[in-house]
Amino acid sequence: MQPNLRTALATAALALAGPAFGQGSTMDEIARYREMLADGNPAELLEAKGEELWKKPRGPKNASLEQCDMGLGPGKLDGAYAQLPRYFADTKKVMDAESRLVHCMVSLQGFTEAEATKRWFSKPGQDSDIEALVTYIGGKSNGAKINVPARHPEEARMAKVGEYIFYRRSGPQDFSCAICHGQEGKRIRLQELGNLTTQAGAGTAMSTWPSYRVSQGAVWTMQRRLIDCMRQARWPEPKYLADSVIALEVFLQKTASGTVMQTPGIKR
Amino acid sequence: MNNQRREILKAGGGLGLFGLLAAAGLITPGEARAEWNKAAFDAKTIDETLKALGATAPANSADVQLTAPDIAENGAVVPVGVVSTLAGVEAIAILVEKNPNPLAASFMLPVGTEPSVQTRVKMGQTSDVYALVKAGGKFFIAKKEIKVTLGGCGG
Amino acid sequence: MADPMKIRASAKDGITEVKVLMSHEMETGQRKDSSGNLVPAHFITEITAEHNGRQVLAGQFGTAISKNPYLAFKFKGGAKGDKLSVSWVDSKGDKRTDEVQIA
Repeated sequence: MQPNLRTALATAALALAGPAFGQGSTMDEIARYREMLADGNPAELLEAKGEELWKKPRGPKNASLEQCDMGLGPGKLDGAYAQLPRYFADTKKVMDAESRLVHCMVSLQGFTEAEATKRWFSKPGQDSDIEALVTYIGGKSNGAKINVPARHPEEARMAKVGEYIFYRRSGPQDFSCAICHGQEGKRIRLQELGNLTTQAGAGTAMSTWPSYRVSQGAVWTMQRRLIDCMRQARWPEPKYLADSVIALEVFLQKTASGTVMQTPGIKR
Repeated sequence: MNNQRREILKAGGGLGLFGLLAAAGLITPGEARAEWNKAAFDAKTIDETLKALGATAPANSADVQLTAPDIAENGAVVPVGVVSTLAGVEAIAILVEKNPNPLAASFMLPVGTEPSVQTRVKMGQTSDVYALVKAGGKFFIAKKEIKVTLGGCGG
Repeated sequence: MADPMKIRASAKDGITEVKVLMSHEMETGQRKDSSGNLVPAHFITEITAEHNGRQVLAGQFGTAISKNPYLAFKFKGGAKGDKLSVSWVDSKGDKRTDEVQIA
């Protein structure tokens, strides 16, 4: 090879490598940022608070939540979050962790549903019991495999409804979940957008909630995450614990089944 | 607190009071605690802050390191650590140049405490971040630019 | 009425590593609430750590420390079972002290 040509090729290769390398190191630094945050997740503070709330007699019936059945039997919390949502024979409904928790607060502790859900997410200076309890319940599934096969006919129906909502274009922007979350390699600014139609993509998303959002200084539950996604897509916002949100959860958890929970997570 | 001690605290002006007070026999090691350094935390520029900390013209030093990512995904929480290989480190401070008040935190390290602290700071925008270290009665400084990105939606 | 801290302290090779998470809003005094009023500053100003009653760290915070502050540091000495306590005071005079045994 001619020396000049070699130099020219090397230069061309460098020029090509340049921008790619730049982006690579940006992503490396973002990864480093996330790694530095992971050791010392403020969600742990909320987990401890949730445990206290779970065990403390409260409400008109002055009862704790320790007999709450999250799907694996009364009081059995280990791995319970990872297999939700599921069909519950006592309510004849498919319920997610949050709707089941509220059911227990109503049936065991005697709160009205309105009381139980009044502050379903926190604001600065206003704590949310639900947020703390869901963080605790979620943490009890850390390391467990997501397992939502959706075999019960009602679960299968909800998975189907969730899939329909995922792909349905709606709202003033004619937007669907799938537009942002149905392809590989998409991002908004520096945030990668997971492809939620694959096991790995759905797993990355689902396994890390509930999650501490550093931008909000609060743990977000899956309900809050999905309701806010819909707000960002300029859809009408569903009510807390709406069946449409639970249906989406069934679809996403079914797709993510087999991936391992790493919760509470921490995100931007 | 008695008035005499308060006067000495004022005169000392911030970091490194422990030695002064202990030498004056006014405190025992167990109660070494300076008053919150309002002047330093209220200062609006790096120079003013350094002055309030009694650290005029600190020397740039490779023996002071700021451990932080080059890019923060969100300015509300930016992990920042300071480590030093200098001997006899007595105090460490973290300053964010473009924050309304640069001083984020200061630490007094009793003998036996390692020159290594990590915390998390808020940053309003991309800025140089300074690590100030007092060792053997002298001040040393190092800086690093941390870029703060605008967020998309949070995964 | 402040929530408890989460403190991890572990001794290894003659050095004790301490990691603390504090539950605190750390209001800067620059944020506006939904009605447009400035929310007054409210933040941890001082933090101290003691090992078996001996001070191992004294820190001062400004408003730029993130909500739910995190602090990690190391000191020489400390053995499994020793007491390690952390205290903070905030700008309104609220206080909190928590204690753990070194692991």
